[in-house]
Amino acid sequence: MDFTFSEEQMMVVGVVRELLADRCTPADLRRLMNSGDARDADRWTAIREMGLTGLLVPEAAGGLGLAETDLVQVAEACGYAALPEPLVEHAGVAAPLLAAFDGARVGEWQPKVAAAEASIAVGHPANPFVADADSADVLLLVDGGALHLVEKKDVTMVRQPSIDPFRRLFRVAWTPAAATLIADADAAKPHLDKALERGALFAAAQGLGLAQRSVDLAADYARERQQFGKPIGSYQAVKHLLATVQVAIEFARPVVHAAAAQIGAGDLHARARVSHAKLAALGAAEQAARTGIQVHGAMGYSWEVDVHFFLKRSLALAGAWGDEIFHRQRVADRIFGAPLGPDQTFARGEAA
Amino acid sequence: MKLDYTAEQDAFRQEVRSWLEANVPAEKLASFDTAEGFEQHRAWERTLASGNYGMVTWPTDYGGRGLDLIQWLIFEEEYHRAGAPGRVNQNGIFLLGPTMMEYGTPEQKARFLSAMAAGDEVWAQAWSEPQAGSDLAAVRATAVRDGDDYVLTGHKIWSSRAVFADWAFGLFRTEAGSERHKGLSLILFPLDLPGVRVGPIPQIDGEAGFAEIFLDGARVPVANRLGDEGQGWHVCMATAGFERGLMLRSPARFQAAAAHLVELAKQHDERIDGTVSAAVIQAAMDADAYALSIYSTASRLIAGGKIGAEASCNKIFWSELDVRLNRTALSILGAQAELLRDAPDAADDIGHWLDAYLFSLAGPIYAGTNEIQRNIIAERVLGLPR
Repeated sequence: MDFTFSEEQMMVVGVVRELLADRCTPADLRRLMNSGDARDADRWTAIREMGLTGLLVPEAAGGLGLAETDLVQVAEACGYAALPEPLVEHAGVAAPLLAAFDGARVGEWQPKVAAAEASIAVGHPANPFVADADSADVLLLVDGGALHLVEKKDVTMVRQPSIDPFRRLFRVAWTPAAATLIADADAAKPHLDKALERGALFAAAQGLGLAQRSVDLAADYARERQQFGKPIGSYQAVKHLLATVQVAIEFARPVVHAAAAQIGAGDLHARARVSHAKLAALGAAEQAARTGIQVHGAMGYSWEVDVHFFLKRSLALAGAWGDEIFHRQRVADRIFGAPLGPDQTFARGEAA
Repeated sequence: MKLDYTAEQDAFRQEVRSWLEANVPAEKLASFDTAEGFEQHRAWERTLASGNYGMVTWPTDYGGRGLDLIQWLIFEEEYHRAGAPGRVNQNGIFLLGPTMMEYGTPEQKARFLSAMAAGDEVWAQAWSEPQAGSDLAAVRATAVRDGDDYVLTGHKIWSSRAVFADWAFGLFRTEAGSERHKGLSLILFPLDLPGVRVGPIPQIDGEAGFAEIFLDGARVPVANRLGDEGQGWHVCMATAGFERGLMLRSPARFQAAAAHLVELAKQHDERIDGTVSAAVIQAAMDADAYALSIYSTASRLIAGGKIGAEASCNKIFWSELDVRLNRTALSILGAQAELLRDAPDAADDIGHWLDAYLFSLAGPIYAGTNEIQRNIIAERVLGLPR
């Protein structure tokens, strides 16, 4: 029983944090937003060069063959920066999903995707729209449960504006064909199920980062802003708002980390823990952003203060990869369907 | 990160489970806030010690087994799973014990720890005073040096079970004219000493769980001081860290309560609506989150880390989840919820939920109010100005 991250894992996330602190500041976010571009090309290149995009891809398929616990803190760091580029979905969901299949068509794209030389978008049945379809070279799309690999030139797309200015959602239309099919429904299902678990887990991890950033921005402001002759952060009314959110973060974090460590089991308990992680972390993220807005006062409602970016990302991720209702039901399935109690924290298996 | 028990840990769990199955009293003991219940619980502490389960994390020299924090969590899980009695000596074994391990002299450890683990000496905490509650640094009680003795004078209050306990550990001003956090020392004194008078204070449930302690020239040897003279505040904060952080309320307690709540919800399935159902699910998730957090902290401590201000986060989280959890049970029980344990028509476990709910209301107050904890988090974790 060991709940700690390795030195190597801490080192990797340290490098990512440093890069994002340097290259993904709120000013950078605003610059990208004003440009209307999908990505900051230089930043995406720098991120790709860190070599993390194939982290969950097996070594035999050109990846690093690592596990979710190796990526979970990286996703947290991406949330902290509200990173617009799709490192988390690429490395955490799309690349390992594609690598789960073989065949000539997969072989043509898979190595490029693992190295992020090609971009890939996933149209998963859990999500009503396809994120980042416009910057993808290929798309994994589902028809009647069967999985297809479709080139961008063979789809049409209609943008669906999201509250998150960096989220690019599309309704994608395409025609399934024998040539695009890479797995029938039976073969695709376990991998699509796993993709959902990973999507939810890494959304939760980003939620932790989003939450902490909102708190940190508000704490910075509360140290500076003076009213009644003192920094507003010296007043207990303000202190207690922020402390309450910090508690929510502290009790979401170990759930997210445990979910990352147990996701491989794929059983009732692992699913419930992923769902708990998502509910707790994105709940904390929204609570933190709303608190951040409140602590900033009227400035908090302005476009100028950055907290709204973190609110908007948390709202977007709360509904992605299974919404609250879906995930609460999965927790209920575990709580009411399998033995509960002090000796069941790390239980395994399906319900009897 | 590897969230699996080792074979050795599994074996330890089985050993604890078997022992508890054979030894936990079939009849629920009376409340340890009553004279009768206190003695029943003291007897249980001696039974635990006879199985060498008094305090499994303590060194073998002091009545323990030298086990690590993961094994302690396993022990606690089995303890609460078995519904074993509350630890009447919790102020001793969970608070003073770890503090003494860190600050005590070899003589103090030898004199006190084994007797503590065995339940032979039950301890009360004597920190608060009528004018020093949340503002603990306002203590006025004095310990005046007289030869090899300290002479204790003052008024301590809110000391749980001091009416029945044997010893107390108190915070006293040892430096005349000192102010606030300076000039304080932690001193151990027997509660039956001449010059010590203990008066019961009935609690919200009517039982005399609280006490006030009047000290009027009681003499204890200087050797009863824990830590250096003037270092009392520092020593107390270490104790408070144990209190809020890890030991006082183990996650197993809340996981067992959550499991009972889910059983209660199942029994009343036909009348539960979405709101109550969501509260049940939330309670189970919160208990689980607390357990995972403590496993995470335990792993970090085993790897050489220290517990810091996150102890304050823990205290807020468990105390507030406990109130919500027990209140949800009352919602499920509806019109039956107000019945006391001894109401002739009360079903078996109904009164238990009412007791637990009332007791949970103390959680956000004791061990430092949650308002004080939020100040600590804001100032020490988030760096907000005092």
